[in-house]
Amino acid sequence: MADVTSGAGAAFVEFEHVQKSYDGETLVVKDLNLSIAKGEFLTMLGPSGSGKTTCLMMLAGFETATHGEIKLAGKPINNIPPHKRGIGMVFQNYALFPHMTVAENLAFPLEVRDIGKSDRDAKVKRALDMVQMGKFGGRRPAQLSGGQQQRIALARALVFEPELVLMDEPLGALDKQLREHMQFEITRLAHNLGITTVYVTHDQTEALTMSDNVAVFDDGRIQQLAPPAVLYEEPANSFVAQFIGENNTLMGTVKEIKGDIAVVALDDGELIDCKPVNVSKPGERTRVSIRPERVEVNKARLQKGAHTLKAEVLEFIYMGDIFRTRLRVAGNDNFIVKTRNAPDQVRMQPGQQIEIGWLPQDCRALDA
Amino acid sequence: MSDMTDTGPMRAADGTPLKKSLARALRRQKLRALALIAPLLIFVLVTFVVPIGDMLFRSVENQIVSDTLPNTIQRLAGWNPDSGEIPDEAVFAALAVDFQAAAEEKNHTKLGTRLNYENPGMSSLFRKTGRGADDIGKNFQKTFTGFDKAWGKGEAWAALLGSDKWLAATEGWTKDAGPEPKFSARDEAEFALPLTTGVYRSFARVARADGKKAAADTKPWPVLFNALAEDISSASPEAIAAIGGPSADLLKSAAQGLSSAEPISYKDTFVAIDKGWADLGTWQTIQAYAGDYTPGYFLNAVDLEKGTDGIKKRPDQQRIYLMLFWRTIWMSMLITGCCLLLGYPVAWILANLRASTANVLMILVLLPFWTSLLVRTSAWKVLLQQQGVINDVLVWLGLVDDANRLVLINNQFGTIVAMTHILLPFMILPLYSVMKTIPPAYLRAAKSLGATNWTAFWRVYFPQSVPGIGAGAILCYILAIGYYITPELVGGTQGVFISNRIAFHISSSLNWGLAAALGAILLGAVLLLYYVYDKIVGIDNVKLG
Amino acid sequence: MKLTSILAATTALTMAAGAASAVDLTLVSWGGAYQKSQLKAYAEPYMAMHPDVNIIWDESSAEAVAKLRAMHEAGNLTWDLVDVDAADSFRLCDEGLALEYEPNDLLAPAPDGTSAADDFGAQIVNACYIPQIVYSTTFGYRTDMVGDTPPSNICDVFDLEKYPGKRSLEKRPINNMEWALLCDGVAKDDIYSVLATDEGQQQALAKLGTIKDQVIWWSAGADTPQLLADGEVVMGSTYNGRLFSAIVEQNQPIGMLWDAQVFSFDGWVIPADLPEDRLALVKDFLFFATDTQRLADQAKYISYGPARASSAPLVGKLDGTDIDMAPYMPTDPANAQNVFYYNFEFWADYRDDIDAKFQAWLAG
Ligand SMILES: Nc1ncnc2c1ncn2[C@@H]1O[C@H](COP(=O)(O)OP(=O)(O)OP(=O)(O)O)[C@@H](O)[C@H]1O
Ligand SMILES: [Mg+2]
Repeated sequence: MADVTSGAGAAFVEFEHVQKSYDGETLVVKDLNLSIAKGEFLTMLGPSGSGKTTCLMMLAGFETATHGEIKLAGKPINNIPPHKRGIGMVFQNYALFPHMTVAENLAFPLEVRDIGKSDRDAKVKRALDMVQMGKFGGRRPAQLSGGQQQRIALARALVFEPELVLMDEPLGALDKQLREHMQFEITRLAHNLGITTVYVTHDQTEALTMSDNVAVFDDGRIQQLAPPAVLYEEPANSFVAQFIGENNTLMGTVKEIKGDIAVVALDDGELIDCKPVNVSKPGERTRVSIRPERVEVNKARLQKGAHTLKAEVLEFIYMGDIFRTRLRVAGNDNFIVKTRNAPDQVRMQPGQQIEIGWLPQDCRALDA
Repeated sequence: MSDMTDTGPMRAADGTPLKKSLARALRRQKLRALALIAPLLIFVLVTFVVPIGDMLFRSVENQIVSDTLPNTIQRLAGWNPDSGEIPDEAVFAALAVDFQAAAEEKNHTKLGTRLNYENPGMSSLFRKTGRGADDIGKNFQKTFTGFDKAWGKGEAWAALLGSDKWLAATEGWTKDAGPEPKFSARDEAEFALPLTTGVYRSFARVARADGKKAAADTKPWPVLFNALAEDISSASPEAIAAIGGPSADLLKSAAQGLSSAEPISYKDTFVAIDKGWADLGTWQTIQAYAGDYTPGYFLNAVDLEKGTDGIKKRPDQQRIYLMLFWRTIWMSMLITGCCLLLGYPVAWILANLRASTANVLMILVLLPFWTSLLVRTSAWKVLLQQQGVINDVLVWLGLVDDANRLVLINNQFGTIVAMTHILLPFMILPLYSVMKTIPPAYLRAAKSLGATNWTAFWRVYFPQSVPGIGAGAILCYILAIGYYITPELVGGTQGVFISNRIAFHISSSLNWGLAAALGAILLGAVLLLYYVYDKIVGIDNVKLG
Repeated sequence: MKLTSILAATTALTMAAGAASAVDLTLVSWGGAYQKSQLKAYAEPYMAMHPDVNIIWDESSAEAVAKLRAMHEAGNLTWDLVDVDAADSFRLCDEGLALEYEPNDLLAPAPDGTSAADDFGAQIVNACYIPQIVYSTTFGYRTDMVGDTPPSNICDVFDLEKYPGKRSLEKRPINNMEWALLCDGVAKDDIYSVLATDEGQQQALAKLGTIKDQVIWWSAGADTPQLLADGEVVMGSTYNGRLFSAIVEQNQPIGMLWDAQVFSFDGWVIPADLPEDRLALVKDFLFFATDTQRLADQAKYISYGPARASSAPLVGKLDGTDIDMAPYMPTDPANAQNVFYYNFEFWADYRDDIDAKFQAWLAG
């Protein structure tokens, strides 16, 4: 799993300098370059309106790229009509045909491919069993629950054995528990069948748990394309850092850069050591980012080389498994610290003056 | 918990059975809801249900015959219409009395109009006889006033036929005191002089409705003399003697005088007024339509007629309604089909355009609604007639020879074109609103599953637009079936509908009974089609949006 | 005692108020040029004489019979005086929907003292009818489509060889059946006895059948003038006043064929059951509107002949022009050499029956 990285091996799907504009005035997708390997599970993650669906639609053939080329298995597909692309698709609202039964819905792609009746029935049954919906073949979509409809939509997109499946926020309408269950099912199926999957979601947890690679979209561009762990641990810019997971930011100016240490002067004058990510020269404004769980409040446990700062406790929130403490640090009133609810953990009182610290490599100097 | 294990009914907190208190709560709710919709309910009832009920009633109602000729009908019951003989003197005697009484209220011409629908000639027969029949009564009047001048006064008649109670009540009545007391007959007189009492009852009713003079002060109708003479001749002397009251002696002397008078032949008198009364057909018609209710209008509406020997088909040259029904049905279907064919793509485009463009197009679709029907129809005339725009263009293009210009109007083609144009919005609107609700994702899903454009449309989009087609088709069809102005203007002879005949009978021939029967059948046909539609497509599969 | 005096006072007040404010008089007519002629000839002069009377027009004459019956059944009479053609007046009179009247009591005598009954003569076709004008149903033809010999005989209508092209005829049997029989060799005097029989009816339909596929059937009086103007038909029947307008006012190339024109009448009926006060007003209006001068005046505005004998000599020129009306009058001796009089008795009896056959024949 870990060996699948973008660009590695023979690319199955390729976007080359793809641009898209609906109205001729603004670019919704700006210079998109992306390649997806066979069998890869790629998630497109990004805020609303960032162009995710548009990319999917271009790939499926319902929109044409204004510029650039999209290739499938090495062949440009710009001129292939959607129904000949052989791409399975799960729509945001499932788009199950309401006038057909579940079995008829599943048989539809097989029928239009002129697959014989007995063969068809066998495949429909197999697909239904695969999503554990074997008993529901005779029902209408309206008679199914949301999760069941979702599974049918998935089965329908897979029943004709496409090599590439596109899913546009398929779990958006489901409750948390069902969503988690379905996330598991989808990844399991995708990997078992060896299908290449392009998955669109708003939900970062979903993106992190399911994918081999995540492409973070913003403003019509891919901000970072990386496996989930890399994305979380090493966000390439402040957008990604803020978009993925919780993050504390402190504003400052780069004083000097020596090797992999950047000295940053915070706005209240304090100097700290950080890891320079996309700062290059002294004098640059920077946004320093530290994950809440990487901040240590217990002095005794501070590792060597850790940098310490004064802080005032503003709020303490008990959250069961963790404690969430809001601090004022270097003029920032919104500095969050997460501590595990361990037996030896202290519960801080608002007003308390403490000292906190972190390792320089956990503190990343990003663009402002 | 004990409640649950109890076998008895569930009880509410206050101990009343749960069912009962639920029903009470629901009833209050229902009553409130009913009060809310009451204005609409009353409106619908008054403007819709009542007229339809009235129409159905009219299509079978026929009381005019028995109301106008009550005695004649009674005596005619024994007559055999196949005997080849016209009815006997007794029937004519009753006819004389009935006819004059009817003429006093001008009801005879109404009856003539009614019977003329069944047998042409009855109208003028009744009108003519109304003028002549008066003489019969006048002759009797002379005879009676010859016996005693008192017969010429209303008083004598009131005293002879009115009950003592009525006489006392009406004594000294003046028009300022409100309506005159209602007439009630003297029992012995009613028994011995049935015709006379019957006529007098009408006489008293008319006088009372007029309200100016008491019946006793009103000049007697001539028909009363005729009726009395008839009654005296058929009553037993004892029955006559039994009649008491102030006019008893007057009656006795008149009876004596009449016995020596020459009897008249009513039959000859009537035949002399109009030969029509010697015609067997006249009497057969009266007898055939004597009942209070008649299937006659319905029979007529399906090209049948009631002869003396049962129901039979009308002669060929009079059969028209079945053909028109059939034409109405199939042409309406064709028009509906044309609307669908033209309207579907338009609705599709509208549903898939950007809202602003769609709104502009929608105005074009609705434009026909904003121009008067006559203007639109006249426009079609200008376009379609032989010297019209389309023919001119075709001739100019050399596609059509000037001598053989196409006939595009005053035939079925004209009706179909003009009606399609008029009804198109009724198809487009429901289609549009249904299509609007079909998400484009379905079509995309179908295509992503491998369906060609056509398959995706036909297997996925079309079935979902069927409710709109159903609603549009039902609307168009029902409207088409009832249209008559447009077919009348552009349909020539081959493009008119059954509604044109209904309109004719409503406004021109005044044969409302037949119009009602035709309307009822049309209503039945529509309901039947509705039922068939429900069976085939399912009525819950109709959506207006 | 007290109560009655109060009532009387109130009534007097109401009446005084009524006299001061305008009284409505609702007249029902046909609209168009005909209604205008009525307005000019008698409604406007009457209103000028009686400023308190307000005349309202309702253009419902075409549906007057059905509407009057409906009003009568509903007991809500909103009309005061109704203009109908004579055939409809028979129905109204037969149904008891129109008031029977006494001509000499209601109508003005002629200026020379002739009684109204004599002055109108046979035009009073039934006891309810108060005739105003004589009109005729006759033919017009396109002068530029008939060659050098314009049609002069009614049978030219049936002659497709001499006058090829379409004709327009009214979509009902009345008049058409008579013309057909006449041109099929039936003597004029025998026409109605022949038409009363089934064979006679079939004979007439057969004759009409010879031109059936060249006929455009009309149902509104304006159709034929329009069809003639558009060149859709060579000749067609309609009311003579319509042709007059087309020829004189619109200068269309149309000529008149007066042969076998059918005379009929148009006039007033008083709805039965009119309340006393409204009836009194109606009578007053009628006395004025049907006098000799008024009927003669009407002919200044439309080419229909006045129903009174005494009005005929007073007919002059078309209002505001020096076009002599006489040659366009159906009653002009030159035009009236061969005329039919609408046979009301016959058609009252046979209209429905023959109409059913006629419509079946049309549709077949
Ligand atoms: N058919 C269209 N016509 C014009 N503009 C469009 C159309 N579809 C999308 N857009 C615009 O393109 C941009 C990107 O839309 P897209 O649907 O790709 O966003 P998304 O990333 O899928 O957002 P979401 O997460 O909300 O689904 C948006 O600004 C949107 O307004
Ligand atoms: Mg989207």
